[in-house]
Amino acid sequence: MNKKEILIIDICKEKLHYFEFVKPIEDILRKEKKRYFVKHYRDLTTKDLEKTEKIIICGTSLRDNEFLKDVERFKWIKKTDKKILGICGGMQIIGLVYGGKLKRKTEIGFFKENFKKKFLGLFGDEEVYHLHNNYVSFSREFEIFAGNKIVGAVKHKKREIYAVLFHPEVRQKDLIKNFYLMI
Amino acid sequence: MKVAVLFTGGKDSCLALLYAKKLGYDVRCLITLHSRNLYSYMFHTPSILQVKKQAEVLEIPLIIQKTEGKKENELKDLEKAIKKAREKYGVEGIVTGAVESVYQASRIQKICNKLGLECFNPLWLKNQIELLEELIKNKFEVVLTGVFAYPLNKEWLGRKINREFIKEVKILEDKYKINPAGEGGEFESLVLNMPLFKRKLKVVERKISGRGNEWRMEVELE
Repeated sequence: MNKKEILIIDICKEKLHYFEFVKPIEDILRKEKKRYFVKHYRDLTTKDLEKTEKIIICGTSLRDNEFLKDVERFKWIKKTDKKILGICGGMQIIGLVYGGKLKRKTEIGFFKENFKKKFLGLFGDEEVYHLHNNYVSFSREFEIFAGNKIVGAVKHKKREIYAVLFHPEVRQKDLIKNFYLMI
Repeated sequence: MKVAVLFTGGKDSCLALLYAKKLGYDVRCLITLHSRNLYSYMFHTPSILQVKKQAEVLEIPLIIQKTEGKKENELKDLEKAIKKAREKYGVEGIVTGAVESVYQASRIQKICNKLGLECFNPLWLKNQIELLEELIKNKFEVVLTGVFAYPLNKEWLGRKINREFIKEVKILEDKYKINPAGEGGEFESLVLNMPLFKRKLKVVERKISGRGNEWRMEVELE
């Protein structure tokens, strides 16, 4: 099996959400001729994790929060050495696995986010698309790149784990490219 | 899950409806906003009342909500219609044909979130050419009922979306930055047939109006 295949993790409970939250990520990878495979988190196996180097955990809809009951299933995030990018719900999972707290805040539409340091190609002011009812706080193991109280973008200080609260597939497709192009 | 589809009778809402039905969602009703403002920011306007004929051949109940179509006020009418669908048909989610418009999508998301409903956008960020090809693959019969951008003109009204059409809009995309699926409001469409219609609809009357690069065709279907 090709070690360079990217694993896309679907966290949607509703099948119809796949087209909105997973397929746009697939489209970006397909356009760049990158090899990938998609797995729902409930069907994820140790073998799936072994055959990849990079993992993207997608988001889901405002009211599709079933994955929050299953954070236990993501314990592997702390044990693996793979590079990970979490988007919206994916970011919430990463934060919770590392002991963060889930907090309530609804943001829908375009918002300005300021990147204090370069983050997967983003720097300075960016107009980003938010679609969430929740966000998470992050432990000191993570460095905050955008946002203050409501963390917009983080990276683990020692590992290649990135997370964004906004949806880069809408206006920051290059962020996803910069993630999969990472060596 | 019981859902309602925001329905304009155009290609995108019909394709979103097909996605929902194919995945087994229980489509309890269609919702159409009938805007008096021909230049509504939110809603499709040419031949909009033909949704009645389309709902008949789909055998799905239809809610039509009138709106003055004034910016932001029209959202209150949309909310009213969605509430009606929730009360009358017990819908738990709304399906839209939004492809790229954050303006439209985020406003619908906010209303659904406020009302405790799921919001599904199965065509979100879909490649425009892929969308048009999917219509052909699924044997949709779609005609243009409005054109609103240079260099589109009166000649484009009534044109069918077929391979030839795709070839031409690809050229217009390269030359004039026309969005090939009309996502930037360059054109509006009307579906005469698709896999869920019990029978094909026919245009029996047409009234064309406009000038320059803004033309609309009001049709009567049978």
